[in-house]
Amino acid sequence: MQPVVTEDQVPQPSPIEPPPRGKAGLRTNLLRIGVSLVVPVAAAVGIYYAGTVLLDADSNRVVVVVMALIVGVIGVFALYYGMDWVVNHLPERHRDFVRPFAFVGPAVVILAVFLLYPTFNTIVLSFQDRLGQEWVGLDNYIAIFSNSETLTAIRNSIAWVIVVPLFSVLIGLAFAVLADKLGRKGEAISKSFIFMPMAISFVGASIVWKFVYSFRPEGFGEQIGLLNGVLTGLGAEPIAWLQQEPWNNFYLMVILIWLQTGFAMVILSAAIKSVPEEIIEAARIDGASEVQVFRNVTIPSISSTLVVVSTTVIITVWKVFDIVFVMGGSRFGAPVVAERMVTEFFTNRNSGVGAALAVVLLVAIIPLMIVNIKRFREQEETR
Amino acid sequence: MTATTVERSQPIITKTPPSRLSRILERWPIKLALFIIVILWVIPTLGVLLSSLRPAALVNANGWWTVFTNPGANEWTFENYRTVLTSEGFGNAFLNSLSVTIPATVIPITVAAFAAYAFAWMEFPGRQWIFVTVVALLVIPLQMALIPLLQLYVRFDLNGTFPAVWLAHTGFGLPLAIYLLRNYIGSLPSSMMESARIDGATHFEIFTKLVVPLSVPVLASFAIFQFLWVWNDLLVALVFLGGEPKVRVVTLALRDLNGSRGEAWHLLTAGAFITMALPLFVFLTLQRYFVRGLTAGSVKG
Repeated sequence: MQPVVTEDQVPQPSPIEPPPRGKAGLRTNLLRIGVSLVVPVAAAVGIYYAGTVLLDADSNRVVVVVMALIVGVIGVFALYYGMDWVVNHLPERHRDFVRPFAFVGPAVVILAVFLLYPTFNTIVLSFQDRLGQEWVGLDNYIAIFSNSETLTAIRNSIAWVIVVPLFSVLIGLAFAVLADKLGRKGEAISKSFIFMPMAISFVGASIVWKFVYSFRPEGFGEQIGLLNGVLTGLGAEPIAWLQQEPWNNFYLMVILIWLQTGFAMVILSAAIKSVPEEIIEAARIDGASEVQVFRNVTIPSISSTLVVVSTTVIITVWKVFDIVFVMGGSRFGAPVVAERMVTEFFTNRNSGVGAALAVVLLVAIIPLMIVNIKRFREQEETR
Repeated sequence: MTATTVERSQPIITKTPPSRLSRILERWPIKLALFIIVILWVIPTLGVLLSSLRPAALVNANGWWTVFTNPGANEWTFENYRTVLTSEGFGNAFLNSLSVTIPATVIPITVAAFAAYAFAWMEFPGRQWIFVTVVALLVIPLQMALIPLLQLYVRFDLNGTFPAVWLAHTGFGLPLAIYLLRNYIGSLPSSMMESARIDGATHFEIFTKLVVPLSVPVLASFAIFQFLWVWNDLLVALVFLGGEPKVRVVTLALRDLNGSRGEAWHLLTAGAFITMALPLFVFLTLQRYFVRGLTAGSVKG
């Protein structure tokens, strides 16, 4: 792994040749110090100027877009280039030790600041009051499990986590199996229709479906929502879909099923295609019907993929917030945990209960995290 | 690879090919079932698209399906898009979304690619357990980070700025990016790396001239992921950028429009389509990479 590279083979990226074995002349040393001072100062000034433009909301939009591109795209690469330059100018015996940290360092710092520290801090905040000033012990958790609204949210979230993955995986699997029997072109086209909603935001999807469920009370004109249009067309009474407790939960789940089925379908389809044709042919020759082949050959071969897909969908569903938030579900008895968390913290300004709800979200996911790590460890051993 | 499978499977298939008629009969119910599902999946979006192109009076008078049932009575217009883009601020929001999304896609990819290279091809203390931490962080709910990060941003006066959102998205996207890229970069042949080292290339040169060009497929598929995720995000933008018309992104603009004019369907449909247009375009043109990335991440294992 550690290749042997002799000094003269290392190309120098800068015009200033560091003399071998670190015995530099005075002039070179001064130059080196000069450059290493100028580069960070110039970078700092540049970043400061770009920062004032980007941080100022009144700046011209187009300038901001261009600045964003420059800072985001070139700036980040310049950071690594600069670090590499610095490493190359370290005393040689330190270089090999320091270099990997120049590569992983930024990632580790970002993960620590943006994920690790907040996770621990959220756990701490969940034991403090609404402003994070005093310790309140388990009060926030007691509040969660005694408040009828959050209890409803937990009940609803559990229903979401069961219903949405079940339907998206079942429909996705059925579609993948059936589309597999079409010609190449027909398969690709029909699949991209199912897959398309994956590109749509949860907010966008919510609006799309709010239109489908749209309801006008008596005397407010013709029904323009598709479902009520169909109902009235058949001579039935229109329904205020999104206000029908507890069924409105399911009407909201439909939105996420619509979004997630494509994901399940694509991955299951790839898994089905990777089942060796010989096994399937052999089963057919042994007289198995198509249904038997599917049940006894295909399903066992793709079982691990089924598990992966289901867990991925479950995690997405568990964290869903936008749909209920945009559709105002919590007003009509359809809140979910992730949505409560944002409402408590952001709208009600209660960081204690908000943090406790976030911890509830996390705790439910910890088993999956452990499974993930185990799976990773096993993969590493077989690598 | 294909050649060997064909060779091996040839002696096995001894069944006579089914006749044309029976094949058509067999396929017909399948085609019908698929057609029904496709229609169910497409109709909601179709309704939005058609409504966004109809005049306000017609959108409110009757359902969008009258376009098909009574085409003579229909008119088409771009007026809704004009209104939404200008007076409802979606034009500005579109630019804001671009300013958020492009750096929030490029930064995590760059950071993750360097880290992934180090995890795969460099020796350093803590390499194993840092990577295990990354795997653990894969499933941490975003909600866990919101409150402390907001407090941090408020303290440093960063809240409501673009860099605040870039960094947040970078942090949230990084575990998956590192994981995917490391799996891919780690599977590049080690003989290639070693000969590059023997030829005198530094790690930095190997990375930029060898690893990055070879990793274009996985970089592209993660880029599409992250692009769609950031563009479609509401939560991070809501908390760290806020709803000020100057900085708000398209998803927030759409939510605000839904809040203020929740029954103005001619505007809501146009607004919804504006937020969907770019991701749909990116998705349909780069679908190949996206699918490859998805399957690479999940089928293994």
